[in-house]
Amino acid sequence: MSNSKDTVQPLLQLQHVTISPKNTPSRLLVNDVSFTIEAGKTTCVVGESGSGKSLTALSVMGLLSQQLKLNTGKVLFNDHETGVQDISLLSEKALQKIRGAKIAMIFQEPMTSLNPVLTIGYQIGESLTTHLGLKNHALKNKVASLLEMVGISPSRADSYPDELSGGQRQRVMIAMSIACEPRLLIADEPTTALDVTVQAQILKLLDDLKTRMNMGMLFITHDFGVVADIADNVVVMFRGEIVEAGTKQQVLNNPQHPYTKALLACVPDAEGKKDLKPIDYAWLPDSNPQATGAAI
Amino acid sequence: MSEYILEANHLTKTYTQRSGKFGFGKTLVKALNDVSIKLRAGKTLAVVGESGSGKSTLARCLLQLQSIDSGEVIFAGKDLAKLNAEALRSVRKDLQMVFQDPFASLNPRMRIGDLVGEGLLIHGLGDAAERKSKVIAMLKRVGLTEADMQKYPHEFSGGQRQRIGIARALVLQPKVVVCDEPVSALDVSIQAQILLLLKELQQEMALSYIFISHDLRVVRHIADDIVVMHQGRVVELGEVADIYERPQHAYTQSLLAAIPGKKVANG
Repeated sequence: MSNSKDTVQPLLQLQHVTISPKNTPSRLLVNDVSFTIEAGKTTCVVGESGSGKSLTALSVMGLLSQQLKLNTGKVLFNDHETGVQDISLLSEKALQKIRGAKIAMIFQEPMTSLNPVLTIGYQIGESLTTHLGLKNHALKNKVASLLEMVGISPSRADSYPDELSGGQRQRVMIAMSIACEPRLLIADEPTTALDVTVQAQILKLLDDLKTRMNMGMLFITHDFGVVADIADNVVVMFRGEIVEAGTKQQVLNNPQHPYTKALLACVPDAEGKKDLKPIDYAWLPDSNPQATGAAI
Repeated sequence: MSEYILEANHLTKTYTQRSGKFGFGKTLVKALNDVSIKLRAGKTLAVVGESGSGKSTLARCLLQLQSIDSGEVIFAGKDLAKLNAEALRSVRKDLQMVFQDPFASLNPRMRIGDLVGEGLLIHGLGDAAERKSKVIAMLKRVGLTEADMQKYPHEFSGGQRQRIGIARALVLQPKVVVCDEPVSALDVSIQAQILLLLKELQQEMALSYIFISHDLRVVRHIADDIVVMHQGRVVELGEVADIYERPQHAYTQSLLAAIPGKKVANG
């Protein structure tokens, strides 16, 4: 588990990451973003659509689209074997060794991110074969134990994605992502497409796995209710920049930035005590929507 | 007029599903199993439940977008299930729907002006100039501008598209609007804006809403009455405050327990 190197260096460190389209380098989609993720902790990135939260996650995986580029900044990943390295500089080949094995990702839409013509057992086993070289019986056993871990009967390994419900498919996605016991799990709105009851189950499952496997988790969401359930640390993004970061208690109970306050205010509460409020941009010094959220 | 503007009694709807090897077998799925609801005039009735509980089927059956197997839907003294196609079309002017996915429910090849004005055209209301002025007024009311009439859906954000969907439903000045998860595809920060818009419009135009949702936080804010559905049946119904404070059925209790953010709210 954790050795002395881990406690000195955090699992992942983003330093001054800036992302822009290749042909308009002046347009900063993600601007000077820095935060750290520790092993066994969950960092939630919160923001509206277009705030750059998904781009930030994709840049960690080295999955940015061809049209975008990481201008400056470092993505320092602390690996057992190789020590700390900047994974944004690695070649595609080197990245492939890390993706799925050391850093795994759960995507937003369980409906579209599974291959409909392959059985779920095959899809879960794929990364085990690639990274760990498991075959035949050993592979089958591992897939079965993974399915069990996420609460699906191992007999479903030969099922196709369309035979499963949305919640089950998301569980399969989770089983795929944790197959090689990654050190870092990136979850991009994993429960947005799901019902509340299923969402609660999935959140609990992720939280348990994180603790059991001492994973670091980067969790992307726009819902502060989910943040309250799962986060240790919270990063709030607005128009490509971090406006506030801190522990869950700090950010939720004592928000400093007006945007965080506005975002918290528009989350409806189940008790119905709070008045519903539209998001408030009055704090913006410049109401020009093109502005890239000038630092306050 | 009675207290209730829309009543549905003992609705049943069964789907046939292919099953077994090569889909040769058949299983019957009871999407609606003896469902009865009543919508009070000027109020909002929320239908909650998880996916597969039959809430969207209920919405479609109320508007007769899908036929029902048995039961009756009473609106303005008439049983909608017994009306012929022509009579139904004229009644639909008063029964409108706001759909879930603002990305899929607007024709990408129509301009906003035409999209919003389509209902007026179909029902033959007013001449071209009157229709245009109605469309403009409605667009302004939902927070868009006259210039937006010439644009296409892809030029708008999710929240704006949902505003267009609302304008499209309300331009006919309906009496009952069925909202099928109108905010579940939107960011939390945009949700509140749309919910407030729906509430304001309800006041101004004396609308009655049937509001379908699986998010109990949203329902708490918008609904007056609530129906909880589970596997095609109504398991609980009553006023919002009662159900949230004293849920009787185990399923309602589990739904309420699953609301995210409870830990902080209680601690």
